[in-house]
Amino acid sequence: MEVSLSGSVRDAVDGLASVEVEAETIRELLTRLIDRYPKLAHYPEEGIAVAIDGTIYRDSWETPIPKGSEVFLLPRIVGG
Amino acid sequence: MNDPKYTGQDFKVVGTRVKRPDGLDKVTGRARYGADMSAPGQLVGLMLRSPHAHARIKKIDASKAEKLAGVKAVITSADLPDLTGGNSGLYDTLENCMARDRALYDGHAVAGVAAIDRTTAKKALKLIKVTYEKLPHVTDVDEALNDDAPIVQPRYAQEGRHGNLINKGEFGHGDIDKGFAEADVIVERSYKTGQTHQGYIEPHACLASVSPDGTGELWVTTQGHFAYRNNCAQLLGMDIAKLKVTSSEIGGGFGGKTHVWMEPIALALSRKANRPVKMVMSREEVFKASGPTCSTSMDIKIGAKKDGTIVAARAECRYMNGAFPGMWGTLGGMTAFACYNIANNQAIGVNVLCNRPKVAAYRAPSAPMMAFGVESTIDQLSKELGMDPVELRLKNVAREGTLAPYGPVWGPIGIEPTLEAVRDHPHMRAKLGKNQGRGVACGFWFNIGGQTCSDLNIGPDGTVNLTVGTVDVGGARASLGLIAAEELGIAYEDVRTNIGDTSSLGHNDTTEGSRGTFSSGMATIFAARKAIDVLKERAAMMWQIPAESVTWENGSAHAVGSEHGNLPPLTLKDIAKKAGNTGGPIAGHHEATADGAGVSFASHIVDVEVDPETGKTTILRYTVVQDAGKAIHPDYVEGQFQGAAAQGIGWALNEEYIYGEDGRLQNGAFLDYRMPVCSDLPSIDTKILEIPNPSHPYGIRGVGETSIVPPLGAIGNAVSNAVGVRMYEVPMSPPRILKALDGAEA
Amino acid sequence: MAGVHVTTTINNDPVEYVCPADESLLDVLRDNLGLTGVKEGCGTGDCGACSITLDGQLVCACLVLGAEAEGRAITTVEGMADGEKLHPLQEQFINNAALQCGICTPGFLIAAKALLDENPSPTETEIRYGLAGNLCRCTGYDKIVKAVQAAAKDLRKQNKKKK
Repeated sequence: MEVSLSGSVRDAVDGLASVEVEAETIRELLTRLIDRYPKLAHYPEEGIAVAIDGTIYRDSWETPIPKGSEVFLLPRIVGG
Repeated sequence: MNDPKYTGQDFKVVGTRVKRPDGLDKVTGRARYGADMSAPGQLVGLMLRSPHAHARIKKIDASKAEKLAGVKAVITSADLPDLTGGNSGLYDTLENCMARDRALYDGHAVAGVAAIDRTTAKKALKLIKVTYEKLPHVTDVDEALNDDAPIVQPRYAQEGRHGNLINKGEFGHGDIDKGFAEADVIVERSYKTGQTHQGYIEPHACLASVSPDGTGELWVTTQGHFAYRNNCAQLLGMDIAKLKVTSSEIGGGFGGKTHVWMEPIALALSRKANRPVKMVMSREEVFKASGPTCSTSMDIKIGAKKDGTIVAARAECRYMNGAFPGMWGTLGGMTAFACYNIANNQAIGVNVLCNRPKVAAYRAPSAPMMAFGVESTIDQLSKELGMDPVELRLKNVAREGTLAPYGPVWGPIGIEPTLEAVRDHPHMRAKLGKNQGRGVACGFWFNIGGQTCSDLNIGPDGTVNLTVGTVDVGGARASLGLIAAEELGIAYEDVRTNIGDTSSLGHNDTTEGSRGTFSSGMATIFAARKAIDVLKERAAMMWQIPAESVTWENGSAHAVGSEHGNLPPLTLKDIAKKAGNTGGPIAGHHEATADGAGVSFASHIVDVEVDPETGKTTILRYTVVQDAGKAIHPDYVEGQFQGAAAQGIGWALNEEYIYGEDGRLQNGAFLDYRMPVCSDLPSIDTKILEIPNPSHPYGIRGVGETSIVPPLGAIGNAVSNAVGVRMYEVPMSPPRILKALDGAEA
Repeated sequence: MAGVHVTTTINNDPVEYVCPADESLLDVLRDNLGLTGVKEGCGTGDCGACSITLDGQLVCACLVLGAEAEGRAITTVEGMADGEKLHPLQEQFINNAALQCGICTPGFLIAAKALLDENPSPTETEIRYGLAGNLCRCTGYDKIVKAVQAAAKDLRKQNKKKK
């Protein structure tokens, strides 16, 4: 599954715009990515979000990732 | 059952304009805000603050202050050990609450006192001797990146980049260089925006009470009492569950009350003195030592083909974070081109440190600045192309299926409908006179979901208590009551909504990111549905029929099927009355993360008149069109549109932090930090569009923030059309407009 | 320091207090007398959140000394309703959603009442300038103006009936 990375998150994967990884839930996805790119480790605690087919998930890590969905890793948004 | 998908249902009470439950208290003076609570034996807490923009703190001698009769506690950073466990964000909060080895901005707290009255506390502050060694300072975002600029936070400096440059967030897709090569017309400009403050009328205030056994209570004005609890407890080494935080009514926040400023110090003083401590910021302290927004400096370049197709767009914006880093640049980069479908786009947000207070979120943080640059540039592009500015935007508008600049593909969104509504609005056809001009601009903001719990309890008389954990900043209690009434099928007047304290509910995320009604609304819907399940079971018991034969409609349980169909329905009140005999109190609660928040787009129209002699800009007419998904209570949705637009107008025309050569804030008072008053504004017309959010049962989108985004660009465009000068710096205050007019004449 | 003994009338009730000579009437009302309806937004007379009337004149309580209240009549928001009957301004503020956070509302109610007492049929411009001494950050003033217009109508009707 291709996972695209947005903005400042790319810094942690040596500037790549996308990576290949297999995962069935958001939690699996993050765990596998952190294994491969340790610089991502601080993100889950300090601020990351995952978009699946356009819907942004900041917290629900058990959310399943359906096959063929478009997945994006983004910084965690805050508001005011 | 807990499926958040939009159902497209018809509503009975949702969408009606009911009276809000806290209205009576607020018009009679009975409502209690942060500074309205007192406790027996309470002490007055005051803060000593640095008069220097940047200085090493060599020594603090508080001995005379401690000895003064009536002084019960003095706190310096020596009393605040680092319990942050390596969490840099939390350490920043600790250092911002009270300076450790250096004062980092004019107004940075260096000591706190608690005394029996204000007079004694003020005397005590004067008796504290601080030995400073002044250091060079920098307060301008571009100067902070000069080779010789003093470094604000050496611990954040990294190899290979300027010591004050924290990070860059880059967003976009396509091939920028190729795109610009294909363009027939290119407009490239630089812009600056000044630092502004959220300007809430209620200063930060709290009443802290800590006991020797490690338990504590905090009454505080805040957008997030759970976040405040967690931060304060962590910083002070208290167990989170032992600190009970009650949110007072809040007198405005807009993002500025999502962060602790002096609350940990009030708690520390209370702990040391073993007495309650009341701490209220003065207005000057609010300006100097809470969290204003970023000032910025940006470069925008947009290129289009002759037919108006925008083929390339690039933005780089330097965000001034204050003395501690945040994600402001990232948010700007994500939002810059969100309204448009541009094949090759790149937006870079840069975070830069300066000797200014720690920046906090301000309603759609970071978006208004980039939008000023982007919307101004698009208008200039429309002039070069000879195209109508609304048509140019429509030609390049983002739609469902467009790739958003920050990554995902848009679902159904409202930007095109809002632009079409603007194009067709009668405002666009109103006549304009001499020195008058019209401007249009678009804006975007995300919404967030977050952790939420709601508790719905049905009383013995069938009236309902709904307890939620999201602070009500603007009237959401009415909307949440409507939602509960809608789900249960009862009258709005039978529901009472309260904000629970931190010991009444599980964790609730802060009311920010336009999430209050969205998230608590979602939790309320599911809590109500669970309560309905219980009500049906109880009805089944009362009828002595199987539970499957009971449905819930119009606020009553109905027995269905040929066998039981003629049983008269049982109302919620009937069932509640008998609850004691059918299993006890009836309730439903829901704890969840409300993800799937939608996004909200807006387009604004403004007419201005510029006086070429004084440079004063008068707003003649203003129209907001914004997508709300579903307006639960239209009055309060309109109120958000109007309030956000008014803040944007102030930002565009008059508001800015003015720093002297000495790095000190010169205008920390409402007289010279000039926010709009009633006579500055006309009526603000609003049009609510409803393009449902597919990930919420009612289609709700958060609306609170987006409409602060378009005004800067819209007004810049209007001024340009009024008197023929393009403004590149915000606020477009009279001196700047006069200078631009002089420049144009020359 | 010796305090100043003050005898005054607040919302038609006789009140006595002792206060330091340099204490503002705002602090006396809030901290001494527990009348927290009046709010401090700035302490410098710029925001109007502490609006009261002193012998019928609209003033900022933060710019008046507690000692200056001697022998005068003060009205605060707590005195606007008549028992459980709200003043038409209070009713219309609720009906027209003229408040969001509500912190500026007491000040606006007092200022609007002072305006309508002097000018029962103000134009929109007169309302906007009459309320220019009160800051609101939430509403953009639109619904506040509409509420004042609605209340003005109610009051004119009420006063017509009386005649």
